[in-house]
Amino acid sequence: MADPMNLRSRLAKIPLLRPSLPPGERFGVLAEFSTPTALYNACEKVRDAGFTRWDAHTPFPIHGLDRAMGLRASRIPWIVLVLALGGAVTAISLQGWVAAIAYPLVVSGKPFFSWPAFIPITFELAVLGGALGAVFGMFAFNQLPTLHHPLFNSTRFERASDDGFFISIESWDPKFDATTTSELLQGLGASHVELVAS
Amino acid sequence: MSDAADLPRTVSAASLRVESSPAWNRLPTVGSLMAAVGLLGSLAIGLGGNAAAQTQLWHSWLVAALFVLTIALGGMFFVLIHHATQAGWSVTVRRIAENAMAAIPFIALLFVPLLFVLSELFPWSRAAEVAHDPLLAHKAALLNTPFFVGRTVVYFLLWSAIAIWFNSLSRRQDDDGDQEITRRMRRASPPALIVFALTVTFASFDWLMSLDAHWYSTIFGVYFFAGCLVGIYAFMSLVAIGQRRAGLLPGVVTTEHVNLLGMLLFGFVAFWAYIGFSQYLLIWYANLPEETGFFAMRLAGSWRPITIGLVLGHFIVPFFFLMPRTIKRNSTALAVGAAWMLLMHALDLHWLVMPILHPEGFTPALVDVTTMIGAVGLFLAAFGRASRRQALVPVRDPRLTESLLFDNI
Repeated sequence: MADPMNLRSRLAKIPLLRPSLPPGERFGVLAEFSTPTALYNACEKVRDAGFTRWDAHTPFPIHGLDRAMGLRASRIPWIVLVLALGGAVTAISLQGWVAAIAYPLVVSGKPFFSWPAFIPITFELAVLGGALGAVFGMFAFNQLPTLHHPLFNSTRFERASDDGFFISIESWDPKFDATTTSELLQGLGASHVELVAS
Repeated sequence: MSDAADLPRTVSAASLRVESSPAWNRLPTVGSLMAAVGLLGSLAIGLGGNAAAQTQLWHSWLVAALFVLTIALGGMFFVLIHHATQAGWSVTVRRIAENAMAAIPFIALLFVPLLFVLSELFPWSRAAEVAHDPLLAHKAALLNTPFFVGRTVVYFLLWSAIAIWFNSLSRRQDDDGDQEITRRMRRASPPALIVFALTVTFASFDWLMSLDAHWYSTIFGVYFFAGCLVGIYAFMSLVAIGQRRAGLLPGVVTTEHVNLLGMLLFGFVAFWAYIGFSQYLLIWYANLPEETGFFAMRLAGSWRPITIGLVLGHFIVPFFFLMPRTIKRNSTALAVGAAWMLLMHALDLHWLVMPILHPEGFTPALVDVTTMIGAVGLFLAAFGRASRRQALVPVRDPRLTESLLFDNI
């Protein structure tokens, strides 16, 4: 059996599976909070301080955290809408073309373009298009699959999937400054603040 | 945020009672007036006219009675399914549904006069017609007056019993805070849902399908049920928005709850279309005479634009209108959508009943409007009366906190 850590680090060398980040020797600053409440309040402050390139990491979803972070509404619904309508149009035109133009056959005395018969397929392709749009749109916006991320350089960050609540602010944020940003997060009640290498 | 940091939320006890809003508190009076004027006016118009006017009266009366009945039954389903699934978010709006189903014993009064004029409505109750119609004669074991009246009485007794039992337990919990009551309601709701499903299906067969006893459609009960849910979600959205506008339940019924009611309305607009189209597709495909008559009649003459209008107005337009999140979070926009869906639901019932009376085409009548005013008035009076009997939210429900904190991520 291959060593999983070794496998991960080998896979992480594949460029496509790495996040696209600007060059720089330092990824940013990582702050750990001990409770969801502390994280929530800190997010509001980081948002109000005007940071744009930052994220929050929690082991479970926290209701309202998107508002506390000032996230804009997701653009995924638009992708879903377009792909769902695209699926519907594809299904109607494919069936209509086959049944009425390419190979017209009389089936049980119905007209060639019998649209009611096309509706189930149209519905299914609309659902399929919408579902694929939702899943792969989410993958695209989240830059998934990403097998490596600079945040993994912090051993503490492993607790983001267990019992740790984190804020990371990236060094290419215009407002970022290694010293003042660390102090800001410290002042917001972080139990631990560290700089993370790129 | 789902954290204790936001608590306690301070709400004055008065804002949980309908008495603190003069407009909502007047509902029983206003409703009773509407009922008296509407129903007596309809009787005066219908019974004062010729035989055709009387037949028109009872058909219009049936549409209006079914309109309010479907909303009340939708309320019953809401209460039952949310107990059965231990829903937490819906606690602050559950009383709207409870108060709607509290109207069922009063709606039964609307069906009492119809029981005396069955021959005006149903071909199977006209002996001369049955004598010449082998199919009606074949169905006489089911479709005969004593059995039909007995079934209707049983439906209303069961529905009333469910409504009264759940409402009185819910009210008792307001006083004693006994959490065992929540468990009792949860245990009772699955069997009640089975009773609900069977009675609603058979009631729709009896009161709508047997208007044309030659027609077969096994999905019709589900279609009727879809109408019930569109009705109740539209009604609950309107009431929740209206009560918030009147300053009731500040911070108790929030945009989050209204948004979710809008989502359910949106979902069941699509469900109605799904069921309606499923019914159409199979009948269209098989093309059997005893099934196609239903649609042939509704796609002829001036019924055709009504049928197409129903597809557009009951499904396509509201489907795209209600789809964006911003619409469902904007109380004015959602209120417009909900009011429109109630109108469309009334048109749907009209479309089910009236082509049998007027196969020549869409024939609106004055009694359509007056019976609707009367039935809606009676329903609102009963709803308003129930709203005054206790707080507008189940104040000691163990899941109230969860509901107060509810947030659509």
